Amino acid sequence: MSILIDKNSRIVVQGITGRSGLFHTQQCRAYGTNIVAGVTPGKGGIHIDGIPVFNTVEEAVRYTNANVSMIFVPPPAAADAILEACAAELDLAVCITEGIPVRDMVLARAIQEKSKTLLVGPNCPGVITPGQCKLGIMPGYIHKPGKIGVVSRSGTLTYEAVKQLTDVGLGQSTCVGIGGDPIIGMKFIDVLEQFNNDPQTEAVFMIGEIGGGAEEEAAYWIKENMKKPVAAFIAGVTAPPGKRMGHAGAIITGGKGKAEDKIRTLNECGVVVAESPTRMGHAMKEALQAADKPAPKTGAKKAKK
Amino acid sequence: MNIHEYQAKEIFTTFGIPVPRSRVALTADQVERAAKEMGGHCVVKAQIYAGGRGKAGGVKVVHHPEQANDVAKELFGKKLVTPQTGPEGLKVRRILVEEAVEIAREFYLSITLDRQTSRYCLIASPEGGMDIEEVAHKSPEKIHVLTIDPLMGLRPYQARKIALALGLSGVVCEDCVELILNLYKCCIEKDCFLVEINPLVVTKAGWLLAMDGKVSFDDNAVYRHREYPDMVDYSQLDPLEINAGKYDLAYIKLNGSIGCMVNGAGLAMATLDVLKEFGGEPANFLDVGGGATREKVAEAFKIILEDSDVKAVFVNIFGGIMRCDVIAQGIIEAASEVQCHLPIVVRMDGSNVEEGKRLLMESGLNVQVGDNLGDGAKRIVKMLGQGGN
Repeated sequence: MSILIDKNSRIVVQGITGRSGLFHTQQCRAYGTNIVAGVTPGKGGIHIDGIPVFNTVEEAVRYTNANVSMIFVPPPAAADAILEACAAELDLAVCITEGIPVRDMVLARAIQEKSKTLLVGPNCPGVITPGQCKLGIMPGYIHKPGKIGVVSRSGTLTYEAVKQLTDVGLGQSTCVGIGGDPIIGMKFIDVLEQFNNDPQTEAVFMIGEIGGGAEEEAAYWIKENMKKPVAAFIAGVTAPPGKRMGHAGAIITGGKGKAEDKIRTLNECGVVVAESPTRMGHAMKEALQAADKPAPKTGAKKAKK
Repeated sequence: MNIHEYQAKEIFTTFGIPVPRSRVALTADQVERAAKEMGGHCVVKAQIYAGGRGKAGGVKVVHHPEQANDVAKELFGKKLVTPQTGPEGLKVRRILVEEAVEIAREFYLSITLDRQTSRYCLIASPEGGMDIEEVAHKSPEKIHVLTIDPLMGLRPYQARKIALALGLSGVVCEDCVELILNLYKCCIEKDCFLVEINPLVVTKAGWLLAMDGKVSFDDNAVYRHREYPDMVDYSQLDPLEINAGKYDLAYIKLNGSIGCMVNGAGLAMATLDVLKEFGGEPANFLDVGGGATREKVAEAFKIILEDSDVKAVFVNIFGGIMRCDVIAQGIIEAASEVQCHLPIVVRMDGSNVEEGKRLLMESGLNVQVGDNLGDGAKRIVKMLGQGGN
């Protein structure tokens, strides 16, 4: 088990004939991802690297039974590509594209929310279930199959965290890069919920950044609902204040956004926070050890008596 | 992307949002002439890319044209320091001369993006002309928030609810409904992150006017608006940041001596955190983008070295799919081209990492290779300590 994707996922790549679309299709395939179709409007009928290309997602689904999409469509058409994936009733769309106008995403998100299709991204590294399916631009070799779920707003910082986990002997069930844009599909809580229900996942590592209130939201959710140990890292402790979006943006998040506030809230909600980005792997180990101890905790431990 | 108040008001005008009569001036003489046109009694407003101008002395009421000239002479070229500018302040190059208005009531009105709901939302308050964050903190009951459904848009009945909540009635209430609808139209059509009117006023004569305006565009949508790049006032931006922007690099100048080049914003922030942890002071934040290419790495190097405070350079690239030997070549080329003799520490991860390390070690540069994030940070702090800074 894992979340979102596994070896049975049948992938259609939207924007497969673009330069990065093709490059990453090849990389994902080399990792073992089951890519069954590509979509590029106007290029339907050709094969690229042996993969059939269709004009529409609907066609691709009809002929290949694809159920998950990976989107590499350029920004002006990317929101439309997301909507097309939703209209074809795919299980999941992972949008890698960076630079989609916010107005387009606000509209796409409002429609996607009501569809049966889950969305990861945009502007994200993608999703990987190590050893089974890589859907995105992350380097496959740093991952190792295992029991840690990883969820992150960041790109390369996720690679750093995953490498540290692998280095301390902790493999991953699934790693989800939710993306750093203001408007995204799945958020921390949506992914945490899936990890909570996934039997393979025994613990979760979460990577956040300064700005916004998503980490705090996640922290409160964890306190109320999470059955598994969680460790985290928040980047930007030393970031100087400034460069903010303006007053109104800060009001809605309740004036939050500072790293210290996020770390304090996470700690209060029982999350082990790595005090340094060099100790992310260790923080995860700590969280696991703390959970293993017969602490005065409720649930499974009590049942032993 | 930010623009000046006077530009925001020009945009407002095209959407039928009423603003006071005004003129932009580049010299004190122009300010005087504009003041004369306004009848002498007017407001002189420094145009900078930051709020909080009033308290910093950037907004002054004058009573005759000669006085406007004096105020302008004092303001032009002056660096205004407000809570939003940082300690350096921002230089005044343009002044808005605006008719003085007799104000009866002041309100706050804005539309911005709410990440939590993934929607635009309208924020209104009867406490206008004040720092809205402070209002939200002290009296949250005075803040009205309306989440806008993008499929339905903003409807007159919703705008009316807001106008009534502000305590308006009669004709001016309906004027406000129209203004709110126009502001939403402006926000959407112009691809804005934020449109803000603070204060929105009702004059003693009973007219609604946007007395101040703030508009922030979505950088991702600039391609849809050819006029936006020409609206930028480069005098308000850090020259190094402008240069970085040309190459699509995110650069922010900091106060330390260790130049930093990192791929990815999160990792870049984490790198600053690690440097500080080991006692180093970063000179900048620089994100070369997740998929650092050779060209970008080379440009980033040049930008870092243009900062004379930089005494050492720390490169942290988690290449992933990018090949480390290619990145190493980019670093070597750039460093040789600008004749960099400063100590450099490179931490790379990705494919062909051994080949990348070999190239760097044999390059003849004053370079060390860090095995991991912590090791790299430790090395650069140590090298800087020995480098006779």
